[in-house]
Amino acid sequence: MSNKEYNANFINRQSFIELDARERAKALFDAGTSRELLGPFDRVESPWLPMQGVTPQEDDGCVVMKGKIGGQVAVVVAIEGAFQGGSIREVSGGKLAAALDLACADNEKGIPTSAVILLETGGVRLQEANLGEAAIAEIMASILVLRKHAPVICVTAGTVGCFGGMSLAAGLCSYVVMTREARLGMNGPEVIEQESGVDEFDSSDHALIWAIDGGEQRYAMGLADALVDDDTPQVADAVRRLVSQGVPPVYRSSQVALYRSRIAALDTSRQWDPRELRALWTTNGSKEEKR
Amino acid sequence: MTEHTSIRGTVWFRALTGQASPMPGDPKSVLTADALLGDDHARFLCVVPDSHARFPCARHGEVGLEEGYTLATRVRETIEQDKNTIKRPIVAIVDSKNQAYGRREETAGIFLACAAAIDAYGSARLAGHPVIALVVGQAISGVPLTHGYQANRILAFDEDGVVIHAMHKAAAARITRRSVEELEKLAKKIAPMSYDIRDYAKLGLLYKLLHVENPEKPSQQEIRNVQGELVAAVADARSGPVDLRNRLESAAALEMRKASILVRTKLEAQWREK
Repeated sequence: MSNKEYNANFINRQSFIELDARERAKALFDAGTSRELLGPFDRVESPWLPMQGVTPQEDDGCVVMKGKIGGQVAVVVAIEGAFQGGSIREVSGGKLAAALDLACADNEKGIPTSAVILLETGGVRLQEANLGEAAIAEIMASILVLRKHAPVICVTAGTVGCFGGMSLAAGLCSYVVMTREARLGMNGPEVIEQESGVDEFDSSDHALIWAIDGGEQRYAMGLADALVDDDTPQVADAVRRLVSQGVPPVYRSSQVALYRSRIAALDTSRQWDPRELRALWTTNGSKEEKR
Repeated sequence: MTEHTSIRGTVWFRALTGQASPMPGDPKSVLTADALLGDDHARFLCVVPDSHARFPCARHGEVGLEEGYTLATRVRETIEQDKNTIKRPIVAIVDSKNQAYGRREETAGIFLACAAAIDAYGSARLAGHPVIALVVGQAISGVPLTHGYQANRILAFDEDGVVIHAMHKAAAARITRRSVEELEKLAKKIAPMSYDIRDYAKLGLLYKLLHVENPEKPSQQEIRNVQGELVAAVADARSGPVDLRNRLESAAALEMRKASILVRTKLEAQWREK
């Protein structure tokens, strides 16, 4: 691609990252088919934040929409990264779990319904600590049931990324879609630096963070199924393709023998250049190198 | 955080199975054994410290890469072995202060290792295995999610060394920009933030709190009591649905998880509208 073409693409593209959760959710549906459920006017907000002097938000930073994707019924749940870091709480987490359970019930009744979850989250909201954690456990249980019937697709686009307990939930999904700007990991760099020291992880080293947690690396290692540009039509296309692809033959989180043997083969006496793992682990690695 | 609690996992694993060793090929940090529990043979699992573990950030009983995949292996093995026969109870004995915080762990995708264990425990529950979590010490951050929360029934000791929480006190204070004292004060009136297991019990997530005088040195009578409670929890799990709805339907949940219940009722009503 020439520089001129590249610049034109860059200038003309419709950023997905710049959209808020509501706009992101809407952009994934077939035009005119979506409607929001339990929106801000229903005013189901956190009962715990006002007790701590924190202003709640009328949708608790979680948008649920139902409609059609590629002609098939789907529910999209988007976590708003701009509200309290996208942290999972009693209401926002409850909405996500409940939406997955309703999709599951419809599948059991013979109405095929997929789910797309847009995760921009640091994990549990500490102001509602244990109820947030309980909600994440219930989301996980719901994913495990729903994914047998229909694809559960996780999209993390950035800029918050997907960390903490919700990265584990992402690990359970049928498919994971990422942009290069997105990050997917369990422990954030600050937490590692705090707990294990700056030698273990320098949280100011952004190149290192993206080399490990970034979308390009996760895709190249085979830990994500699609890598897309920060471009709304591209994200929507990837989601549509995965919805129509249906349930995968095997889930990544069920391939225990494969990943266990990969971990056993690693030399743990030193830190690794993240790129080493691309070659060792996957077929996506060579695809990515050729891009 | 007190170090002494890290011996509890081994103490209770030995008390309930009569041994404390890993299965062949497993790291020393994951104990797995089958032992009698009432009339059942049950599978017991526990993550314990191994000061010589391969991964330097997982030497104090943390749940790391090897621990996640080993738990997943041993739970899946149980599902496979019991495919055409009575489903063994699976008992997760929990005492781990956190997941492994390391660069190697992030690079090799610890999130997937934990997801693999969650997948295994959840799949066991869905397949009809009574999955019981027994929290004998600490269960903080990613630990309860990985090794405990997919259980049909969760039991814990009502003792000060037992903590189930999303984050350590000091880290939680730092992130919410409060002092530890402020956090403790706030936690007294806001049950989901509390570090006290008795407050945790008010959330409606626990099946039962059990009393053990000293969890590090249980008496034979206390061990028999705990076994009896596990047997009762297994029977209760077998008589109920395989999902987690009991955590929303318990008497305590009806009081403390009102918002969760309201979300479900309202969302369901709107879902049906055309």
